[in-house]
Amino acid sequence: MSVDAATVRRIAHLARIAVSEDEVPHLQGELNAMLAFVEQLSEVNVEGVEPMTSVTPMRMKKRQDLVNDGEIADDIVANAPATEGHFFLVPKVVE
Amino acid sequence: MTDLTSLTLAEARKGLADKTFTSLELTDAHLSAIEAARVLNAFVMETPDRARDMAKAVDEKIAKGDAGPLAGIPLGIKDLFATKGVRTTACSKILGNFVPTYESTITSQLWRDGAVMLGKLNNDEFAMGSANETSCFGPVGNPWRRDGSNTMLVPGGSSGGSASAVAALLCMGATATDTGGSIRQPAAFTATVGIKPTYGRCSRWGIVAFASSLDQAGPIARTTRDAAMLLRSMAGHDPKDTTSVDVAVPDYEAAIGRSVKGLRIGIPKEYRLDGMPAEIEKLWSEGAAWLKAAGAELVEVSLPHTKYALPAYYIVAPAEASSNLARYDGVRYGLREQGKNIIEQYENTRARGFGAEVRRRVMIGTYVLSAGYYDAYYLRAQKVRTLIKKDFEDCFAKGVNAILTPATPSAAFGIGEKGGADPVEMYLNDIFTVTVNMAGLPGIAVPAGKDAQGLPLGLQLIGRPFDEETLFSLGEVIEQAAGRFTPARWW
Repeated sequence: MSVDAATVRRIAHLARIAVSEDEVPHLQGELNAMLAFVEQLSEVNVEGVEPMTSVTPMRMKKRQDLVNDGEIADDIVANAPATEGHFFLVPKVVE
Repeated sequence: MTDLTSLTLAEARKGLADKTFTSLELTDAHLSAIEAARVLNAFVMETPDRARDMAKAVDEKIAKGDAGPLAGIPLGIKDLFATKGVRTTACSKILGNFVPTYESTITSQLWRDGAVMLGKLNNDEFAMGSANETSCFGPVGNPWRRDGSNTMLVPGGSSGGSASAVAALLCMGATATDTGGSIRQPAAFTATVGIKPTYGRCSRWGIVAFASSLDQAGPIARTTRDAAMLLRSMAGHDPKDTTSVDVAVPDYEAAIGRSVKGLRIGIPKEYRLDGMPAEIEKLWSEGAAWLKAAGAELVEVSLPHTKYALPAYYIVAPAEASSNLARYDGVRYGLREQGKNIIEQYENTRARGFGAEVRRRVMIGTYVLSAGYYDAYYLRAQKVRTLIKKDFEDCFAKGVNAILTPATPSAAFGIGEKGGADPVEMYLNDIFTVTVNMAGLPGIAVPAGKDAQGLPLGLQLIGRPFDEETLFSLGEVIEQAAGRFTPARWW
């Protein structure tokens, strides 16, 4: 499988990465090189094989249902590029 | 006192306990060494004031006889570990001047045990790279150079700053992380010892995430004993990481010098690649001979899905990365680029903030997870991963205790020499190490010899889950036989 220029633009948008028109051919080449490399996986017989979901055979631990953290709003917003009080500022989303 | 930086961690521990020197003296010696070695670009942030404060505090504790196992030992911290109040960037522009308000579990355990932080170490951006060339702070230099050459070589990656700093005697040990070989490959390129423990052995909490099912932290040090001392402090169960395993941490140092007599060492035939340099082949045979001489039994084993590990990795790792890196949106922390609406703001922020390699991997990850391609790529890769793990399980079920392989397919190469035209050329560096991450196993790289140009080469030992101790015992045998390798100082 390989990707065309339209697919490169679509993936870039899905990934929320701005891509200029002159970057597309280069990216297309690199992505196709990677896809060509992984193509060899199609030779492997995976009939009846379970996909790996956890590399160590263990049950997912569950935490106790109690509040043991919080009240750190100052910390949460400390690194934000734009804030007002304890809120993150973003461009208008809803008209 | 000029020789303090050339001590091993174990020797320094003794010197501190015997009061031959103080942690402040030891720390100052390393701070001077760091200053004199800035050409290597191993540190992206030096924290001398903090280091001296920590050293003075530890000296007081040592005087009171209340010292932890790493009391007074100066370490470097890979910039992937969140350090409270100290800028942490993953060497990406997108994190900008991010200053964590919390400390990673691993570093907090190191400070608990008395270690001193010298600063933050360079790495490939978000740990994506095998040469430490994708860092937004520029490439790291390897203290090793080819005989008679001034060409600056890469230290490997992604933990290139860690490996370079340890090899150049700038710190006594360093934290590192390994998703596909990022501890073991740079260790091999710099004649240092690096261990990636079993998945779940060390907490991932507070480490910038790359591919969560593969990421695991470990130490880089100058000897197997030093690495064992560091791992003991780094390992352990952490309720804050649901994948961290609640298994007691052994005294790894006790495994150093333990007999390897009767251990069965697998030599996997699939690791004998076409066109592999003769010196790697020779090193591998030598390593096997050393283990045999120490009483281990060598057996040929087969890991039939080895060749599919790297392609499967380049689906699984980018897929997980595309999901993990979705958090960099220019809203909550880090860089923000303006746009006329929020979508444009995201797109501009991520285009400007991520480097080329990271953008490429996020895009490939997005593609293999997208509707219509998920089954063909991601699901298939996860099935192949099951088969890779089964290869190892079959091998261990036959009584094999550990597997010996080369650590890398070549010695260190020049900055800018690889991967310019085709990214896959760079990815092939991890061909021997990536299988271990795919199977969640522990792997150690130990220096074992030099190539014809005088560059170090390493061997890798792969162990059973949670049997890091056997790797330390076997690693020590190789270290004793091969000797230690130190680069000639030119900086």
